[in-house]
Amino acid sequence: MDNATGAERLNLQLRRRELLGSVAFLLIGGTAVGRAQSLPWQPDAGSPPPAIGKEPWDFFEPGEAAAVEALVDRLIPPDPDTPGGKDAGCAVYIDRQLAGPYGRQAGLYLSPPFIKGTKEQGPQDPDGPAVQYRKALAALDQYCRKEKGGPFASLSDADKDAIIGDLESGAAKLDGADGQTFFRLLLQNVREGFFADPIYGGNRDMCGWRMIGYPGARYDYREWVDRHNERYPHPPVSFTGRADWNTHKT
Amino acid sequence: MSDKRARRIAGLAVVTLAVAFGAAAIGWAQTNEPGTSLDPQNFGQIQRGQYLTLAGDCASCHTVPGSGQAFAGGRSIETPFGVVVGANITPDRETGIGGWSDAQFLTALREGRGHKGELLYPAMPYPYYTKVTVSDALAIRAYLNTVKPVRNAVVSNKLPFPFDVREGMAGWNALYFRSGEFKPNATKSTEWNRGAYLVEGLGHCGACHTPKTALGGDDQAHAFQGYALQGWFAPNITNDSQRGLGGWSVDDIVAYLKNGHNATSAATGIMAEEISLSSSRMTDADLKAIATYLKDLPGQTTSPPAPVSPSSPAMTAGGAIYADECQACHGGDGKGVPYLFPSLAASPNVRSADPTSLIRVLLEGARSVATAGEPTSPGMPSFAWKLSDDQAAAVLTYIRNAWGSSAPAVETRQVSEERASMARSGR
Amino acid sequence: MARKLPSKDVAIIGLGWTGSILAEELTGEGLDVIAIERGPWRDAPTDFPTTYAQDELRYRIRHDLFLRPEQTTFTFRNKINQQALPIRSWGAFMPMNGVGGGGVHWNGETWRFLPSDFVLKTHLTQRYGASFLPEDMTIQDYGVTYDDLEPHYDRFEYLCGTSGAAGNLKGQILEGGNPFEGPRARPYPNPPQAQPFSHTLFAKAARDLGYKPFPQPSGNMSQAYVNPLGVRLGPCTYCGFCEWFGCGNYSKASPQTTILPVLVRKSNFSYRTECEVTRINVDGSRKRATGVTFVDTSGEEWEQPADLVILAAFTPFNVQLLLLSGIGKPYDPVANEGVIGRNFTHQTISDVIGFFDKDKFIFNPFISSGSIGMCIDEFNGDNFDHGRLDFVGGGYMGQVQTNGRPIETNLVPPGTPAWGAKWKSAVRDNYLSTVIPGTGVHGSFYSYRDVYLDLDPLYKDRLGRPLMRMTIDFHDNELKQNAFLTDKFAEIIKAMGAREVVKQARTGPYDVTKYQTTHLCGGAIMGTDPSTSALNRYLQSWDVPNLFVMGASAFPQNAGYNPTGTVGALAYWSAQAIRSQYLKNPGPLVHV
Repeated sequence: MDNATGAERLNLQLRRRELLGSVAFLLIGGTAVGRAQSLPWQPDAGSPPPAIGKEPWDFFEPGEAAAVEALVDRLIPPDPDTPGGKDAGCAVYIDRQLAGPYGRQAGLYLSPPFIKGTKEQGPQDPDGPAVQYRKALAALDQYCRKEKGGPFASLSDADKDAIIGDLESGAAKLDGADGQTFFRLLLQNVREGFFADPIYGGNRDMCGWRMIGYPGARYDYREWVDRHNERYPHPPVSFTGRADWNTHKT
Repeated sequence: MSDKRARRIAGLAVVTLAVAFGAAAIGWAQTNEPGTSLDPQNFGQIQRGQYLTLAGDCASCHTVPGSGQAFAGGRSIETPFGVVVGANITPDRETGIGGWSDAQFLTALREGRGHKGELLYPAMPYPYYTKVTVSDALAIRAYLNTVKPVRNAVVSNKLPFPFDVREGMAGWNALYFRSGEFKPNATKSTEWNRGAYLVEGLGHCGACHTPKTALGGDDQAHAFQGYALQGWFAPNITNDSQRGLGGWSVDDIVAYLKNGHNATSAATGIMAEEISLSSSRMTDADLKAIATYLKDLPGQTTSPPAPVSPSSPAMTAGGAIYADECQACHGGDGKGVPYLFPSLAASPNVRSADPTSLIRVLLEGARSVATAGEPTSPGMPSFAWKLSDDQAAAVLTYIRNAWGSSAPAVETRQVSEERASMARSGR
Repeated sequence: MARKLPSKDVAIIGLGWTGSILAEELTGEGLDVIAIERGPWRDAPTDFPTTYAQDELRYRIRHDLFLRPEQTTFTFRNKINQQALPIRSWGAFMPMNGVGGGGVHWNGETWRFLPSDFVLKTHLTQRYGASFLPEDMTIQDYGVTYDDLEPHYDRFEYLCGTSGAAGNLKGQILEGGNPFEGPRARPYPNPPQAQPFSHTLFAKAARDLGYKPFPQPSGNMSQAYVNPLGVRLGPCTYCGFCEWFGCGNYSKASPQTTILPVLVRKSNFSYRTECEVTRINVDGSRKRATGVTFVDTSGEEWEQPADLVILAAFTPFNVQLLLLSGIGKPYDPVANEGVIGRNFTHQTISDVIGFFDKDKFIFNPFISSGSIGMCIDEFNGDNFDHGRLDFVGGGYMGQVQTNGRPIETNLVPPGTPAWGAKWKSAVRDNYLSTVIPGTGVHGSFYSYRDVYLDLDPLYKDRLGRPLMRMTIDFHDNELKQNAFLTDKFAEIIKAMGAREVVKQARTGPYDVTKYQTTHLCGGAIMGTDPSTSALNRYLQSWDVPNLFVMGASAFPQNAGYNPTGTVGALAYWSAQAIRSQYLKNPGPLVHV
């Protein structure tokens, strides 16, 4: 595929239709604009989610990536049945999201002034998630070195959990970032990564879906609506399919 | 370039050279039947002519879609040999046919010779229109005389050498053109004969549905048994039980032609345009006649082929893909939703010998036609980004061989080739 | 300087539900109609096909189908003495953008209001006395009755193929339907949807407690359907990606699946997408609209002259356009004068979570639809005696869980850590056996003097126009109503056999970050008195007779039901008045 990141391509694809609309409008005067006799359509219509690319990090610096991988692996630890956040690809998911429109708050209202209001008025932060992660990870690194003698990824599991607990409670005072805000953002993103379609980088091999018994990107349950209290037996399927779609099993 | 096309070019080049001198020897019939003159006061003739241009779908080649300039020409028509551009047949004197005599018009329509004596290309389907009666042809002329004259100079011949040498058509005509008005078959009903007149003449259905020889002429031995053109496969429309209209009643055919949809099938692609411009505007009686005629074309399949084994890798993979991706519209039993999502189980198109249309619809999606009778025009999504060639071949093999159907498997390489060919045509 | 376009008979602002209904009706009168839509074209094969419509991250979490706040948003504060701040990212409600409007992403819940809802002020005053109502409650009668609207409810339901079970057929109460509903002339056009396990279990528990549960009236087809316009819909496949998402297989009623295929074929209909109307133009008398001005994506301004203007945008945008066009007197809450912006309301929502024994209950929450559910209406409106209670109003309640999408649906019992091994195993153990109704309690939100819309003094949109400012908070009446209903709802959830029940009653202050339906209502209300309403009973502007304003912005207060059914009925009612009265004799239809 080309060099644009998946997220950039998504952004472009989402803009393409807007472009078509405005071009159509400019043909004003002669032909009747929008006086279509049929509903608009063209071959290969639609903007499917682009694949994210296999290279390691689009956004994170190596130190940041190590910290995030360690964080996600404590937020969702591995167990014998299901991978943890790291092997599930949650850090990769977050990396791609931060590198894309989500990271820079694309589409949100970013006009100033930014005035801190009540909790009910919602976030009033000029920093999007990408900037927030950058600042918070730097602050967390500084904090861990000071409190525990090393970067987060190098600490024992017990120490990691203690620090995460302090972020969650607000006891950890970071310099240059709010620990609690960062914790909530990270937790939300980790859960997204664990349960979103694998095409976004996390939920590798649909491990999150398998864990809970969620069948994935299916669209027809008519034969099952009336089968009350019965386990749904079919394996999950993602946007890129499942093993049974292939004639050659690897 | 495919082998077939190369052979065609070579063949035509030979024929061109061989018969270039013979061109002059082949004359053309001039018809001048008494009692069939044009009368501009005869509104009935004009009305009839207008209807006949719908039946003949003249607009599909002579009107650029969305231009609002009816019959002004300029539409490119893809032929296996290159592009021909539809002529301006408005009454404009300089750039249209306003300056032609009626006799010249009849000759062009029914004999394939232009008003300067030049041979026309059968993209203008004179081999079919030769069957049109003089009276009908004059009615068409009468109607065309009343449309708005449009100044639009069209150069029709955009073919590459050697096909742009019109004299070469003489040899082709010698092989494939049989001049002559439609002769009713006394052993058949009036309705059948009307259907035959429409199908074999103005309707020129064979132009798309009859396979062609290497030189681009109709393979009459396999008339109406299907033909691949412009990236589609126009299916078998004989009464064949496997791959044709054997499972459709006359009413099913009428509903399809009139509304673009019947209980099991929906029109898309080139046929969608045909229905939109032509058959949806024809009378029920004429559509019934066409259906009667088609149902009388004998099928070819004596016994259906053995289905691909349900336990084969393609069928098991295809079945999994079908359950996950196709079932929500086409149903677990393949029967779809009547008039909305086509039935795959009952579809002769699905069982076509040539899977070109199936592959295309799967990869790029499709929008079915909207008509006054069936306005919904549901669309099928594009699967090109979601399925590999192997997976696409598997699910297509599955739908051709599930639910009691049977047809040859679709090979991975057929999907790859078509994907590549679609990319080359800019789709 | 705006360039002027050729005149049209009718200009419709917005091509959502009401825009499409009015366009269909008025083109049917032979009028030349243009619809101007701010957002893009949207349709199943081009925007939400079955190949990728089922993307929770993209559509539910990242709001891909909705209006981008960057294009325009609102500001919000709870109280008059606060500074309103921009809603920088949607939370409490999700405004749509594009052809089809909210009809693309809605659940499909298609309710009728109660007869008493339309004459609320009169009814409550008569039953309980004027002093029973809070002093600053500003509820009013609609100016139309349920009986006026019944044929139009019917029309909208048959347009949509609504799947339901009639409860009151011409006065006869039928088993299995809603016994409290107003009388209907005909059954629903389609039978009710099938109900999954937890919804059926709720109904049984409700029945055992003496209630009369019934299937929620659903805009998701229970079977293939062809509507009176000849447009076909397919059967819903219970995919669980309904609300917030577009339907990929033509089984959810929307303008696309019910009207547009027929409408776009009409030669007297045209539409523009990606064009934002910035102003309704009026002449010097200020009593006549001359058309609209809109901006295209290049920033060019155009003027579309028209003889009749239909304002059919979303609630706050209707109000904003009226204010920016100088039509109607802006509402001043302090002086208690003016009409444009008054009686702004939302919905009072709460939920009760039920955790069940995983070895006994497998709910398969992913098998669902947007409008599935079994509900009871005993505690809606004035269906129950409020005499000994300290509030008025109510709502329906039910197990109406629409999905099991995992990013959202990973609730764990109280006390479980929010992360770590315990969280992980709790999610695994509870996913299939937890009941999360969602809008389980769906209560009314009556109107108050200090809950209103006006123009923000500070923040602007990308065109430099003031944003709409929302001043909204819960009043005691709604919080008490909700506490009462939530308790009743919890009893039923418990009776289903839950091992643990978690009540999540609504608490104040109104929080703009927490989703609580997109049922914003009011601001350009209908009524009988021009000093307290913007529109007459036909949705005609009192000030500008050739302007009609559609939508829930017309509701003087919001009832305990989803608004779309009533929005559709009012649109048909108004269209009928335009066709049979206004066009023959343009001018005010109501004289006071």
